[in-house]
Amino acid sequence: MLAFIVRRVLQSIIVMLVVALVSFSLFNFVGDPINNMVGQETTQQQREQLREELGLNDPFAVQFARFVGNAVQGNFGISYRLARPVDVVIAERLPATLELAFVSALFALVVGVATGVYTALNRSGIISRVIMTISLIGVSLPTFLIGILLIWVFAVQLQWLPSFGRGDVVDLGGWRTGFLTSSGLKALILPAITLGLFQLTLIMRLVRAEMLEVLRTDYIKFARARGLPDRAINFGHALKNTLVPVITITGLQLGSIIAFSIITETVFQWPGVGLLFINAIQFVDIPLMAAYLVLIALFFVVINLLVDLLYYAVDPRLRFDASTARGH
Amino acid sequence: MSALDPLHRTKAEEPPRAPSAWARFFDSDIWYSFTRSPVTVVSALIVLIFVVGALFAPWIAPHNPFNPAELNLMDGFTPPMGEAFSGNLYLLGTDDQGRDVFSTILYGARISLFVGFCAVLFAMVLGISLGLLAGYRGGWVDSLIMRIADVQLSFPAILVALLIFGVARAMLPRSMQGEMVIWVLIIAIGLSDWVQYARTVRGTAMVEKNKEYVQAARVIGIHPLLIMLRHVLPNVLGPVLVIATIGLALAIIAEATLSFLGVGVPPTTPSLGTLIRIGNDFLFSGEWWITLFPGLALILLALSVNLLGDWLRDALNPKLR
Repeated sequence: MLAFIVRRVLQSIIVMLVVALVSFSLFNFVGDPINNMVGQETTQQQREQLREELGLNDPFAVQFARFVGNAVQGNFGISYRLARPVDVVIAERLPATLELAFVSALFALVVGVATGVYTALNRSGIISRVIMTISLIGVSLPTFLIGILLIWVFAVQLQWLPSFGRGDVVDLGGWRTGFLTSSGLKALILPAITLGLFQLTLIMRLVRAEMLEVLRTDYIKFARARGLPDRAINFGHALKNTLVPVITITGLQLGSIIAFSIITETVFQWPGVGLLFINAIQFVDIPLMAAYLVLIALFFVVINLLVDLLYYAVDPRLRFDASTARGH
Repeated sequence: MSALDPLHRTKAEEPPRAPSAWARFFDSDIWYSFTRSPVTVVSALIVLIFVVGALFAPWIAPHNPFNPAELNLMDGFTPPMGEAFSGNLYLLGTDDQGRDVFSTILYGARISLFVGFCAVLFAMVLGISLGLLAGYRGGWVDSLIMRIADVQLSFPAILVALLIFGVARAMLPRSMQGEMVIWVLIIAIGLSDWVQYARTVRGTAMVEKNKEYVQAARVIGIHPLLIMLRHVLPNVLGPVLVIATIGLALAIIAEATLSFLGVGVPPTTPSLGTLIRIGNDFLFSGEWWITLFPGLALILLALSVNLLGDWLRDALNPKLR
């Protein structure tokens, strides 16, 4: 168990170092950092002096070590476009993205599990078939088109919900939340549905498949033979056993939700880090791009690690597999 | 090639008179299962219509939307089937500059399909080469390639494509960006999608390389490259074809997404995604057709290709026969 944890943590650190190397290379090889900082009238001598002061003449390894040291402290330099420290800009925008991701993950999980269980229990019902067909179309729909369609129906035609922005926000010691105002909550609905829909179909299909599998097993038959009520069998016995893979997938999808929020945030002009990143790409704002890359990688690595450990702790069968499969 | 290999059943069961390739195709299990699935036939037809429409767009399109001489600004914002100022009839309406939406969709599908096909081809060649190399060579080459694949797979493809595209654009001089942008896009989408091919091919290559016919080929001194291409590769073509079909849908959606985000195909030669992005600005002023028709075209195309891929996966899966 301990060896497994140590190995996974080491792997994660290696991944983070590789990502850091990529984002460090962005600084060094994409354009000249000095050119990006100074004006046209700076003399060659001043440039050389600045280069020396910033340590750009040091060996590659030294510069990389310095970059990693700064990155660990959250220091990614100054944004070229906004002329403000990158970490401050990102910290300002992060609450918006995290709130959106949290609400859509919750939406996907609750609705996904509910519809998954329903379609598994009523396999041949008309409603189940309709849900399955819609989910097939939902998987093929690009996220941004779902957003546009929702905006067209609910914001343009019906005019029920706002189509862009976060509404009014309340500042809670640096964390600006939209949860506490009615306009903030209303503004959350459409983006959260857009972002969560793909995950919803994924979770629904997974729960349905797992439920169908479990319902066929002997212990369910035995529970029925014992005369337990359907409710106890379906939820107490069957659903419980499907939840382990569902937790894993939901956890892994949390990372994708944060990454896919780039698209949703652009459609709804949601002031989060995703929109910030798209603007950074459009304006070739290297420090912001590099910082976002490291941040997202950190999210993914930490989530992957947590899910692995959680899975390992929850499912005893995996512990056995891991000890026998060590030879590979 | 063993006659038991399900993927090559049609070839292996050749009758003595050897009928033509077409006759064999229409006699095969694949064709039978194709004609038995109406959904698949319809999706194949839709894809065919899109491909033909895209290939022959300059001849089929009623107007040339990118020829300024043909444009009439007074025709702008004509609703679908509505009376335009110039008296022209526009099937799906016009956009702000008076460009026929139907024609722009045809030209847009051309770009979308081109980028999609090229990206899939690039990903396929890269994935198959690396997969064969990893599976056949093994050792540190295998570990290195597969670790890279693992790391890349833990990030969503669209993020990887965005990043590659962003970096490439930053490195290219501004003057070259116009014409290069489509190729950069193809490489970015292709690079974000090679992992699946590599994993599938590697798995099969590892199994096949220990079989007797490969060992026999090695013993008589055939070059390893030739063994990989002639003997190992044919075993994976079925699964690769399935991945490629579904990959085409993903690549088309990825291109549309990047273009919609404003980091893809430029508005001068718009793809479906660029059209949706342009039309999105007019959604609030009531000109819904400028964005919804390209959107519907994209959905129809992606859904049809996806359904074709689903069918192909089932048809080529020996367990489901």
